Amino acid sequence: MRVSAIDRPRIAVFALFGLLALVPVYSGLFDQPFYLTLFARVMIFALAAVSLDLVLGFGGMVSFGHAAYLGVGAYAVGILAYHGVDSVPIRWGVAILASAAVALFIGAVSLRTSGMYFIMITLAFAQMLFYLAVSLKAYGGDDGLPIARRGTIGPIDLNNGTQLYYLILILLAATLTLAHRVVGSRFGRALEGAKWNERRAIALGIAPYRYRLVAFVISGTVCGLAGALLATLTSFVSPSYMAWTRSGEVIVMVVLGGMATLTGPIIGAVVLLVLEEILATLTIHWMLILGPILILVVLFARRGLWGWIAGDRHG
Amino acid sequence: MVEPLLTVAGVIKRFGGIAASDGVDLAIAAGECHAVIGPNGAGKTTLIAEISGELLPDAGRIVFDGADITHGPAPRRARAGLARSFQVTCLIPSFTALENAMLAIQARQGHSFRFWRAARADPSLKEPAMEVLARVGLGGRAKVPVGALAHGEQRALEIGLALALEPRLLLLDEPMAGMGPVDAARMIELLDGLKGSVAMLLVEHDMDAVFRLADRISVLVYGKVIASGRPEEVRADAEVKRAYLGEAA
Amino acid sequence: MDPVLLLVQALNGLQLGVMLFLLAAGLTLVFGIMNLVNLAHGSLYMVGAYLMAAFQGWTGSFVAALLLAVPATLLVGVAVELIVLRRLYDRDHLDQVLGTFGLILFFNELVRVIWGPAALFVAMPSALSGTVALLPGAPYPVYRLVIIGAGLLVAAFLSWLVTQTRTGMLIRAGASNPIMVAALGVDIRLLFTLVFGLGAALAGLAGALAAPLLSVESAMGDGVLILTFVVIVIGGIGSIRGAFVAAVLVGIVDTVGRAFLPILLREIFNRQVANAAGPALASMLIYLLMAAILAFRPRGLFGARG
Repeated sequence: MRVSAIDRPRIAVFALFGLLALVPVYSGLFDQPFYLTLFARVMIFALAAVSLDLVLGFGGMVSFGHAAYLGVGAYAVGILAYHGVDSVPIRWGVAILASAAVALFIGAVSLRTSGMYFIMITLAFAQMLFYLAVSLKAYGGDDGLPIARRGTIGPIDLNNGTQLYYLILILLAATLTLAHRVVGSRFGRALEGAKWNERRAIALGIAPYRYRLVAFVISGTVCGLAGALLATLTSFVSPSYMAWTRSGEVIVMVVLGGMATLTGPIIGAVVLLVLEEILATLTIHWMLILGPILILVVLFARRGLWGWIAGDRHG
Repeated sequence: MVEPLLTVAGVIKRFGGIAASDGVDLAIAAGECHAVIGPNGAGKTTLIAEISGELLPDAGRIVFDGADITHGPAPRRARAGLARSFQVTCLIPSFTALENAMLAIQARQGHSFRFWRAARADPSLKEPAMEVLARVGLGGRAKVPVGALAHGEQRALEIGLALALEPRLLLLDEPMAGMGPVDAARMIELLDGLKGSVAMLLVEHDMDAVFRLADRISVLVYGKVIASGRPEEVRADAEVKRAYLGEAA
Repeated sequence: MDPVLLLVQALNGLQLGVMLFLLAAGLTLVFGIMNLVNLAHGSLYMVGAYLMAAFQGWTGSFVAALLLAVPATLLVGVAVELIVLRRLYDRDHLDQVLGTFGLILFFNELVRVIWGPAALFVAMPSALSGTVALLPGAPYPVYRLVIIGAGLLVAAFLSWLVTQTRTGMLIRAGASNPIMVAALGVDIRLLFTLVFGLGAALAGLAGALAAPLLSVESAMGDGVLILTFVVIVIGGIGSIRGAFVAAVLVGIVDTVGRAFLPILLREIFNRQVANAAGPALASMLIYLLMAAILAFRPRGLFGARG
């Protein structure tokens, strides 16, 4: 019991990634390519959720506009592909830089405020980019923009679903590791200290704005990478990637899985997206069920799934 | 005459029609323990907020260590050597005592834009943090979450966090607030031990503590310093007696 | 620039502005007084429009449908407040966001279940469906003028309510200092329900009035909700005056910007650049306005609290 209480989080993380690594095997054996795509998508949203957890869970910033960075990353890939840039490193590199720049602008303005203002402003900026994408008729406007080829990175052929899947899995694992380093570093401690008690942090000489802005940019950058992966996976970009409900869904993943736990949001992404799939097979009106489920989760199960899985250590 | 460490000159702060600081003048020499006393609502906490940078005065000047800091941001003042403790305990509730102290040490060591090394296991944070805890009598309580500390221990940690910054001037806003006699005596002893090594601006209602610790006392009434001097001078001042001490005695 | 066209676009902007004001006035009070982030306000707007369509189909009368739709939306709002929102007042903003996000998903699907996936249409009363010549050669739809009039009337009513009555005084005090109002011994729950009902009725009115101009469909409240947020952020949380000024500002800047920015850009850049950048920039205009205002006033034009 004692030993398991210490090892449970570690075992849970290995089990989670082990299961994710087995999905292509299962999908190959039973000839179910649908699962490969579904879980590739799940992992991409898990990446977005981990990035949001950095600002939401550790920084206390309720960003309601993280779909914006998904969209910026995706559109960077789509637009470069449209103009004939086939190099994946360039596509993804530009996606990362563009989302970092957008996060810097949005963060610099939004972080001047806090509380409700911050929620509404991040939401509004994401909506601005949504309408911007709609108005870009040259890049498909409302209808979106197909991407002809996924491309290759060295020996990895992204047109091969399995190879793309494992690349996404590796990026997710790497991001999770990096995120753990960041939240445990001096930077992470300063960020978290300012979240719990801003007044105290200031009295210690820590200027919260700078730390929050850097965290916001890191988060937007990771989320932009998720967007680039999403565009690559679906070979398509559209304004709907930036729909505000998408931002809401990513928040749900974080809270459902457990805030400020990093692994929790991955589980939240798995559970939410799989639940959506299951509900959608039951009824076309599955949102009628999902909505009240969300309300019940908020009212009665705030601690998140990770606390339960990992033995409440992070409670 | 030696340049004082802190000079407050003609500071005014109004909230609506009420002047919480109505032309406050104050000077604190290096190493001096300077108590500010006065009835409730006299503007003592406002004065500390103005010096620490939480509030910006409407008029007047605040000079610390030769630099005009009147409008400087609060975090920069803290890094320049102005540390404060709060009247209502202000700690990071989900952190342990040690983690609170380590964050203070980390802040003192410069910026925290270091993203890789694990901060919790860093001996260059842990060791000085343990020293600070030992200094305020919390050496044995390092691993306890702040929420589980007794009130007196939390107050001691408040002082510890300020000391961890190795300040030139400590702003102490009622360090004895809400304490029983045992804890209060311990706090007086702690502050007494700091005398000389660091300048203090002490706001306190406990007159025993004030007269025991202070080198100089200023009396603040309705946002104005009505008297300032050595403890025995202030005690003898008729106006002070009428305005303040009289009602307390 | 054609002055007649400018006048017409300015009036269109004013019409959008008063519409946004109807939504923002209630919501800014909910934010300010109850400290509640309510995303479901747009759903009440949508419910108002659907009820308008339903009641018009039932009674065949525009006026009767309007008179039924507004109080019915009020009842829906009060029911939502009693069943869900009441439990969220003491929670942090994140919980409120998630809970009311769940409400939006629910309502957007509920209207599809009840009224089907196809958009509904609401007929304008024939007396108001014509145009009137504002200037010689500048016909303007009467119905839009009626909306502007109705919106200004509501603004005047709210201004009277808030500045001249005891309830209004409590609302104002509550918006800037809810704890103090509770300390005065006011039944704060009743005040909350009252304010929320008022907000719901105004949202329903906005939805019902907008119904003949739009197609009534699921999720129609989402886009307008975010515009309302922009209005509240610019005006300042809790300020009705701020909501009014910001609503008119946003309405006019958005409408006039969309009409004239592409034309203006054509004067400066070549046609190709202007045609591509004009609509893109116009669609971003109000958000940039918001960013610019926040850069100088982080709490909006008239805001007291964060």
